[in-house]
Amino acid sequence: MTALRHRLAERGIDRQLALLLPALLCVLVLFVYPFAYGVGLSFQPSSGGVLGAYRTFFEDPYQRDTIATTLGLSLPAALLNVAASVPIAYRMRGRFRGKRLMTTLLVVPITLGTVLTAEGLLNFLGPTGWFNRILPGDAVRLTNNYWGVFFSLIITGFPFAFLLILSYLSGIDPSLEKAAATLGAGWWQRFRRITLPLLAPGLATTFCLTFVLAFSVFPSAVLVGDPAGSTRVISIAAYHAGYEAYDYPLASAIAVVMGVIELVVVAVALGLRSLFYTGTTSSGKG
Amino acid sequence: MTFSALRLDGVTRRFGGKDALTGLSLTIGKGEFIALLGPSGCGKSTALNCLAGLLPLSEGSIWQDERRLDTLPPERRGFGMVFQNYALFPHLSVRRNIAFGLQMRRVPRAEVRRRTDEAIRLVRLDEHAAKLPGQLSGGQQQRVAIARAVVLEPSLVLMDEPLSNLDAKLRLEMRTEIRRLHQSLGLTTVYVTHDQEEALSLADRLVVLRDGQVQQIGTPAELHDAPANAHVADFMGYRNLLPMKVSSPGTVEGSGLSFRATSSLPVGSDVVVAIRPEDLLVGPGGVPVTVEVVEYQGREAAVEARTLSGAPVHLRVTERPSPGDKVTVVADPARVLVFPA
Repeated sequence: MTALRHRLAERGIDRQLALLLPALLCVLVLFVYPFAYGVGLSFQPSSGGVLGAYRTFFEDPYQRDTIATTLGLSLPAALLNVAASVPIAYRMRGRFRGKRLMTTLLVVPITLGTVLTAEGLLNFLGPTGWFNRILPGDAVRLTNNYWGVFFSLIITGFPFAFLLILSYLSGIDPSLEKAAATLGAGWWQRFRRITLPLLAPGLATTFCLTFVLAFSVFPSAVLVGDPAGSTRVISIAAYHAGYEAYDYPLASAIAVVMGVIELVVVAVALGLRSLFYTGTTSSGKG
Repeated sequence: MTFSALRLDGVTRRFGGKDALTGLSLTIGKGEFIALLGPSGCGKSTALNCLAGLLPLSEGSIWQDERRLDTLPPERRGFGMVFQNYALFPHLSVRRNIAFGLQMRRVPRAEVRRRTDEAIRLVRLDEHAAKLPGQLSGGQQQRVAIARAVVLEPSLVLMDEPLSNLDAKLRLEMRTEIRRLHQSLGLTTVYVTHDQEEALSLADRLVVLRDGQVQQIGTPAELHDAPANAHVADFMGYRNLLPMKVSSPGTVEGSGLSFRATSSLPVGSDVVVAIRPEDLLVGPGGVPVTVEVVEYQGREAAVEARTLSGAPVHLRVTERPSPGDKVTVVADPARVLVFPA
């Protein structure tokens, strides 16, 4: 009996594991069960057999095209957020006066939330906003279309990407760049040959997170977008199916499709990540 | 790169109005091994970073013959540097770490290969060439860092406490290795350390720094036998630094001790007397002290004793006394150094 307990304890199984139970219960009740229930629901449409809801979604171009619309918004937005964060974070990685103020300013959009951002965009870039009053005519339309949503995704997604990348960058030992400099590497070579390869895994993770955030865009697609046309994203389709048509199986099926697409993109990004060096970013025994 | 001398002229660096390094002037001959020695915070690493171009100078200039270097960025100075934490690129193999500098200098591929191979052989890492730095031991990483710096045949190699992260045995081995490399390659080297033994055993000339000020520049023998002041003496292993007074011409007294010593200071002036533990001998006719602590050190024992007035003195003896023993100590007047207090 004692021997068995020792053997189990060696594998990390002992009485302390019971401490996990309350948390496990919460996860089961609040996450696993509703999730499984939704997936189950998607296979029980009122007509068309087990895959009926999925068939409905994929056979109707108006529904099916929301995938392309959403990817068309979220992929470029996530890429731009990551790409724009890298040089700014790189510039700000050291210590300098006013760094905290600048970081705070960059973080504000996250705390404001999408609705306030959307309102600001409407007031500023809308047909009667400053932007269009200064510009002659009605040549540039930047709200209630693709660009409105795109800007909104950048404004809310960029600070997030920036903060993550800044922390990844601060984790890279600064003496590595100094070493590269004494070995004759100019700033671009130092960045490309040393910093970027060490940062790449962090970039992949940041991309995944900002992409998932952007892919589930809903408020800004409705408020500053064109929710019936060019920015009819997949979450709008799910909302319509669920709360306007009251077709819960279809709504669940759309949600499952959303999840699968996100998983595929994340898997691709993490697959690319594994091609890079993913170990420690400090140098030797410090 | 051929040059005849590297000249530092009044190199000064301030951090927020406080001098970290003040007016370091030094001419380094080709092939010379210079050690910058001092306690932590003395400005020795600042001096090295200024030389490497990683810190801009506040004042002064650095010259390689007639070429001014201090206005160039680090990548254009052509120096090699070994960092305290080695700063090996963790995502590149040993081979590619070593080849990095050659590639940056657009050396033809075949030559990169040949010189990298040579450097790997030089530091005896042949079987580890394909490994990542994280897979190596501390000593091996150290050798990669050295190979990476010397493969460029730089006009100057800078080493920032390269042995401080190694254990005692490895430190001795690597010290010999660095000396061997310097002898075979003849690369001009500036070596920063806080370990006087390391500095004395490696360097052709030493620069002792304290609070950013140069205290003394000289050969190991000069510093060892004739330190310029009490601080240098302290650093050179003069463990007995005793506050005393010149009692008569040729005699110092105080702290319960009395020695004969040569000093030009006037009678009655306060002085600090420096004596190495090994120069304080147990013998008849000396000053009485009481043994307090005895440390076994192989053939000898290090003894801490107290004088009658309670001042601690350190000595090394071959015959081990016991704590509590009363002995008398004498010192050769030529080995008793007297500095103004």
